[in-house]
Amino acid sequence: MSLTQSTNKAESNTFYRANLPLGTKKILLSVILISLLFVPGWFGAATSNLVEYPATWIVPLNEWTSNGIYWLVNDFDLGLFTFKEFTRGISWLLTRPFILAEGILVSGFSFGSENVVVPPLSWMGVLLFCVLLALRIGTPGLALGVGLSLLYMAVFGLWESAMTTLASVSVAVPLGVFGGLAIGVLAHRNGVFAKILNPILDIMQTMPIFAYLVPVLFFFGFGPVAALTATIVYALPPMVRITRIALEQVPKEISEAGTMAGCTEAQMLRKVLLPSALPSLLVGVNQVIMLSLTVVIIASMIGAGGLGYDVLTALRRLSIGQGLEAGLAITLMAIVMDRFSQAAAQKSQVKRHENPRLPIWVTGWAILAALLLPTILSNWIAIFAAYPEELILSTARFWDDAVTWININLYDTLSTIKYGFLINVMLPVKQFMHSLPWSGVVLFVGALGFILSGWRLGLTVAALVFFLAMTGNWEKSMTTVYLVSVGVVLSFVLGFPVGLVAVYSERARGAILVAIDTLQTLPSFVYLIPVVMLFENGDFAALIAIVAYAIVPSIRYTEFGIRSVSKDLVEASDMMGCTRWQAFLKVKLPLAFPEIMLGVNQTIMMALSMLIITALVGTRDLGQEVLNALQKADPGRGLVAGLCVAFIAIIADRLIKASADRMRRRMSGQKSE
Amino acid sequence: MSPMASVTTKRGLEFGAPVLSCQNLWKLYGGSPETLLRQSNGKLDPEIIRAAGCIGAVRDVSLEVNKGEILVVMGLSGSGKSTLVRCLSLLVRPTIGEIFFEGQDLLAMSRRELQDVRRHKMGMVFQHFALLPHRTVIDNVAFPLEIQGISKQERTERAAQMVELVGLAGREEYFPAELSGGQQQRVGIARSLTVGPDLWFLDEPFSALDPLIRREMQDEFLRLQSLLNKTIIFITHDFDEAIRIGDRIAIMNEGEVVQIGKAEDILTSPANDYVVEFTQGISRERVLTVQKVLMPAPASFHPTQFVMETDTLDVAANTVLSSDGPVGVKGAGDDRVLGIIDNKKLAKVLYEN
Repeated sequence: MSLTQSTNKAESNTFYRANLPLGTKKILLSVILISLLFVPGWFGAATSNLVEYPATWIVPLNEWTSNGIYWLVNDFDLGLFTFKEFTRGISWLLTRPFILAEGILVSGFSFGSENVVVPPLSWMGVLLFCVLLALRIGTPGLALGVGLSLLYMAVFGLWESAMTTLASVSVAVPLGVFGGLAIGVLAHRNGVFAKILNPILDIMQTMPIFAYLVPVLFFFGFGPVAALTATIVYALPPMVRITRIALEQVPKEISEAGTMAGCTEAQMLRKVLLPSALPSLLVGVNQVIMLSLTVVIIASMIGAGGLGYDVLTALRRLSIGQGLEAGLAITLMAIVMDRFSQAAAQKSQVKRHENPRLPIWVTGWAILAALLLPTILSNWIAIFAAYPEELILSTARFWDDAVTWININLYDTLSTIKYGFLINVMLPVKQFMHSLPWSGVVLFVGALGFILSGWRLGLTVAALVFFLAMTGNWEKSMTTVYLVSVGVVLSFVLGFPVGLVAVYSERARGAILVAIDTLQTLPSFVYLIPVVMLFENGDFAALIAIVAYAIVPSIRYTEFGIRSVSKDLVEASDMMGCTRWQAFLKVKLPLAFPEIMLGVNQTIMMALSMLIITALVGTRDLGQEVLNALQKADPGRGLVAGLCVAFIAIIADRLIKASADRMRRRMSGQKSE
Repeated sequence: MSPMASVTTKRGLEFGAPVLSCQNLWKLYGGSPETLLRQSNGKLDPEIIRAAGCIGAVRDVSLEVNKGEILVVMGLSGSGKSTLVRCLSLLVRPTIGEIFFEGQDLLAMSRRELQDVRRHKMGMVFQHFALLPHRTVIDNVAFPLEIQGISKQERTERAAQMVELVGLAGREEYFPAELSGGQQQRVGIARSLTVGPDLWFLDEPFSALDPLIRREMQDEFLRLQSLLNKTIIFITHDFDEAIRIGDRIAIMNEGEVVQIGKAEDILTSPANDYVVEFTQGISRERVLTVQKVLMPAPASFHPTQFVMETDTLDVAANTVLSSDGPVGVKGAGDDRVLGIIDNKKLAKVLYEN
């Protein structure tokens, strides 16, 4: 490659060419960058429009979007049928499998004039079935965990809610998996399609779930189907991406072997590519399951019912105990589903020949009998039909009492912490963020993008920042940025040391990994319960929920980054006589830095997605805007605010990835193009 | 093109007509090969290619493989040998050139026709085995038959024979991940043979294996070939392997075939310095045959001991060294004395350099 081509773009601007020592350059550059933030503020009234975005400049995107959606729903005619008929048609179509699933799991079927009744699956049957299945594909430990979790749901009277949630998930997952698979395969085979698809997936994934809910409500009406649609939309992108990656990772020789055997294209896909990619694809299935569960819980706001609805009503009534019990049920369900699908994935990963003691069809029938026998018996024997009500337990009283106790006895301590942090840390940051002139932020972010990567990134991120101001969401956006940045910093302050402990102590590592794995499987909703219990509503409660949710990647990436520093380099530094501290500070940390940056990135993404949920505990940011739009059924407002959140996520993501890339390239000795 | 002179193998067999031949084969990457070709009217040289920003992975290769022959394509990594074999099997479409397989123009074939040729007449073994991880040994071997739509019973029977042939009987129900590298490649070999191909491609089949296993697999390969007598294109980066296995060897460098011929021809008259480098570390006594070094017999000389003209020197050495004077050289199935060889000449050939 010629020299001119390989010169780093950032270094080609005149500033870098100036003959200054590198350290001085960096400081100067930072000063200039930061001053960009304040330039518009220096000129007082003359530039006040550049400080505060004037209301007259706001582009009424909310209205336009709303009107567009109203028009789609009310007036758009596709010729043979209207758009509304079309969406309602889809809704009808989706209702069928849902009714089937719900019938099987929750309500049963009745034919004719209720003479013939087919009962739903017996709780005991489901329990036995799951335990046996867990034994078959996993370990006895898994089976025990599955059994206890399901028993918990029965004993605490949450069986029906749990099965309703399961019904939604069991309809959404196959649709998400096969839809994602189909789109992923298409994208794998058609480069143009893949290019168009990528940014759409980006937005689909960063857009907060709430923002989908309003338009979905308009198109599909209130109820489980709207929830299903939202679930599928949200759970689809990771499956698409994983399908593409999995297909790309199939070794070239394997597809060549298929070609040489004379496969047709269909045979190639069905017999060679997809089966070879199966272990990776199952990781995607796992993600779809977990995301579906998360969304089904949240979609209780638009009529999904189930465990999410239980938590939501409990939160609204501030009956912590009930919320906690339902929340725990969600948690258990998430963990069980996660471990189940992981066990299945693992089983497919390492293929072993086996000589099972019993033929497969025997175990298969036995497992099926465990499911069906109690169900048949439930026609006559009550205990098979439902867990006896007089045996249902509740700890709600205990928890409510505990909250009362906390409020009485720990109120002072907790509020000291809360207000101390609010006044000394959060409010100053908030005020600072709000004092920034919008045009300065546009300039600053744009310049940062330019330095990190080039014109394209600079202009893109600047335009995205401008969108926040243009749509009249500036103030709420800055509140969002403030909460997220405090949350991210706090996550790292707490998560980084934990990550380090995991690096240096094998024993602690095991425990920490289990803990963060569990934290990560929990639907975000669940985090709100203990937080509200301790700190009531408000910014501080939201912050704690954000940190609890977003701390996982900061731990994981710190641990992973430092652990994956090349052993050779560590040995080399040992041989040069580095102390442990020197080796850490001068070798490991700098080398792990790009990885840790990606951890920061993930933390920001998770903080943003949690932020939206925390709107339920009364923050005043974009999340609140979306929630309000949802309550007032204003689709444009919700979508635009949702886009703002997505854009903030995209800005952070692109900037951080650009700088991590730059560092990586520098370390691997390559120059950027 | 080279005349259709028949070539004799190490085993003394005569080869038939070419099974596969290619003429002036080029594969260019990067730049825009199409415009380059249009502008240059088919006349390409390294200068023009470089100027157009292309890289010539395969450059003007012409060769043929005769029925029952093992042609080894040898070259270091990046020499284009892997691309060449992919061009010949049309896994990669060559930029320009001709390929004939059993008299048919491969490049003119429709997708269906090519698919058919692959289903029935070609087999390929891959460097990293390329086994389907989700299928057992027997199902991997039966795979090409399954693709053809052959009934389960028949394909399992035929696959079982192949598994037996490569010495894996008893492991039919194992998955690839449970086998050692050598065993996995045996499965790869069985799979490539199950349709009874006319032409057998082996792309560095033993390169990923440990040296000891590699040698064992080479023996296994030679044993199979003595049973099956396939037409073979064998790719390797290992000159020793090439000598052990090949009837003829084509040496590639930077996309070009720099020399093609029998091992001992390459050893005795290397085409250029590049080839010389390869031949340097080779034990010549195992490659050179008596035929190459015999001296004319004086009219009055009547030897009492004989070696065969096709013997390699290490085989002949026993007789030559234990004899006081020169020994006679005879051809196969022929009692005439073709010449003589003595220990002085032997030492000179082996150690003079």
